Amino acid sequence: MGGYVLRRLGLLLPVLFAISVVSFIIIELPPGDVVSRIEAQRASQGFEMTEAERAALTQQYGLDQNIWARYLNWIGDFLRGDLGRSFQWDRSVADLLAERIPLTIVISLATVVFIFAVAVPIGVYSAVHKNSALDYIFTFVGFIGLATPNFLVALILLWLFHWLFGVNMSGSFSEEFIDAPWSIDKVLDLLSRIWFPVLIIGTAGTASVIRVMRGNLLDELEKQYVITARAKGMSEGAVLVRYPLRIAINPIVSTIGWLLPSIVGGEVLVSIVLNLQTTGPLLLGSVINQDVYLAASIIMILSVLTVVGTLVADLLLAWLDPRIRFERVAR
Amino acid sequence: MSDIVVEEKVGLAAVGQEQSRYVYASQWRLMWWKFKAHRVAKWSLWALVAMYIVALVPEFFAPYSADTRFEGYQDAPPTVVRVVDDGALSTPFVYGRERALDTQTLQYEHVEDRSQESTIQFFGRGEPYKLFGVIETERRLFTTEAGEPPVLLLGTDRLGRDILSRIIYGSRISLTIGLVGVALGLVLGTLLGAISGYFGGVVDTIIQRVTEFILALPALPLWIALAAALPRDWSIIRTYFFIVVILSFISWTGLAREVRGKLLALREEDFVVAAKVAGASRRRIIFGHLVPSVTSHLIVVTTLAIPAMILGETALSFIGVGMQAPAVSWGTLLQDAQNVVAVTAHPWQLTPAIPVVLVVLCFNFLGDGLRDAADPYSR
Repeated sequence: MGGYVLRRLGLLLPVLFAISVVSFIIIELPPGDVVSRIEAQRASQGFEMTEAERAALTQQYGLDQNIWARYLNWIGDFLRGDLGRSFQWDRSVADLLAERIPLTIVISLATVVFIFAVAVPIGVYSAVHKNSALDYIFTFVGFIGLATPNFLVALILLWLFHWLFGVNMSGSFSEEFIDAPWSIDKVLDLLSRIWFPVLIIGTAGTASVIRVMRGNLLDELEKQYVITARAKGMSEGAVLVRYPLRIAINPIVSTIGWLLPSIVGGEVLVSIVLNLQTTGPLLLGSVINQDVYLAASIIMILSVLTVVGTLVADLLLAWLDPRIRFERVAR
Repeated sequence: MSDIVVEEKVGLAAVGQEQSRYVYASQWRLMWWKFKAHRVAKWSLWALVAMYIVALVPEFFAPYSADTRFEGYQDAPPTVVRVVDDGALSTPFVYGRERALDTQTLQYEHVEDRSQESTIQFFGRGEPYKLFGVIETERRLFTTEAGEPPVLLLGTDRLGRDILSRIIYGSRISLTIGLVGVALGLVLGTLLGAISGYFGGVVDTIIQRVTEFILALPALPLWIALAAALPRDWSIIRTYFFIVVILSFISWTGLAREVRGKLLALREEDFVVAAKVAGASRRRIIFGHLVPSVTSHLIVVTTLAIPAMILGETALSFIGVGMQAPAVSWGTLLQDAQNVVAVTAHPWQLTPAIPVVLVVLCFNFLGDGLRDAADPYSR
């Protein structure tokens, strides 16, 4: 196990490097440089910039250096926790993100839990009761869930909730808590609303995990050891739980690898529609206003979180399933 | 000699007419039969063909042009088409609308104005347009006389433009972006997948690592960041092209993986080895055996990749970083329904969502059917 963990960690390093390069490209991509952008911003507020100020800023952002030095400067600062300054908010990016990232993580993790909690039982039911009425209904709903983009589900549910119950489900908090300081009540209020985005982001993932679970279990149920177990006189339920379910459920853990990127992406989009206090609306605002340090930091952190989350899932799977741990060694 | 022929005929008669059809059918024919048996997939195919025909000549199918504004019809709900006039059956017609201020809510309400009416004209003369950019005509599938109350089957947007017409015009961008994007992704994916599978070794490892890296990234935030970097003043065509490039930049990875995996697996297949042993030329093996086997598989993967592209464009345009305002796509139309206030006040402005879901469903079903058909020898 130790060797496997080390090998996976070793593979992580080049990926993290590549992510930092992509994020850096986002800083360099927009036309015009940082200093002229700051100058334009100051000019709009009625400040003239002196030549000395301009030179100081040029030096501060390393524009007099070549691109490699700029990259090294930026990543060095980043690793030390200095993520740069947001022009749009006129605050340090690290402070801004510290407010937003926790909710992003909570929603993403809650979505993963939601997907597995809903999809695994339904997948098992559909496999055991193959071609039953409920199986068809689940398959049909699953297809619709896969075909409807997250933000549309959000819009349609917003409308339904307003129409049926007269409540506005957008926003992270109820009105009375928006500007209130943190308290137990505010946390409870948050929890009472957070299920809504979780449900929306989870629809597509749930649909695909149900299909994977159903397929896996159906494959296992046809195997001879199941017949043997039945022949021994085991009850249907005991057969299912004791053998095929345990094998079929393992690959489900590995679906996190492709679920997580889509959950993080879905979270961004749904947060924009629902106006949640997460990184989503912040990212959209930052890319539209060319607030490059903020945008790059969000992309960097979201990507790193996704990759690390996938790694944790892989390690979990290796811990659950010895075949994966020894795969390389055997070959 | 004649004995053998007779025997063969008897043998065929024994397995029956039905079976002999299968014995002599080509692989593509077998696939087609198998595909036809998948009824949902067949219907989806026809539905898609119909939608693409509409996207080809939106001017004919849309009652009005995408930019026609109807004064006094801003944010108007769908019109009711009536066929009963004074208790007698009549040709379909609609009544006009009047905007009245509700003194209680201080909101404009649309009320039916029975003093005005207009008959729906099938194949009638509407706003003139150029069919395929050459043939000048003014015939539309259905429309109303200019100046008379318009028929607005899905209501209007906040500028008083017919949403149905805009959905039909928007299909041009929304439906083609998936095809063009997938074509681009296919070229990239096939090329890199084939290189990877053919050379193996270090090249393979590098390409595989890059692919895995891109697959591990959350695509949507990256799309948003890249699409937002496109200048706003670009022409529609240019923006369209770059959006396609951005979308396919990430989606080629899946295709590359499939091609490589399939090529590696095929190299070991018995029929390839058999062909080699039988002395078939390299060319014959590649074009006679490998290409057909990969093609059917590629078609499946491609079909299943299109919906992701369509959804990607819709999502980007919806949040305002994809196609920009004068361009009409389903995503830009949905921008009007961006928040709960807009959605509850004018729920009909959510209708562009219907074709999005429909198209994605159809492509998914079609892909499912094709997947079954791609392996015609399995049951």
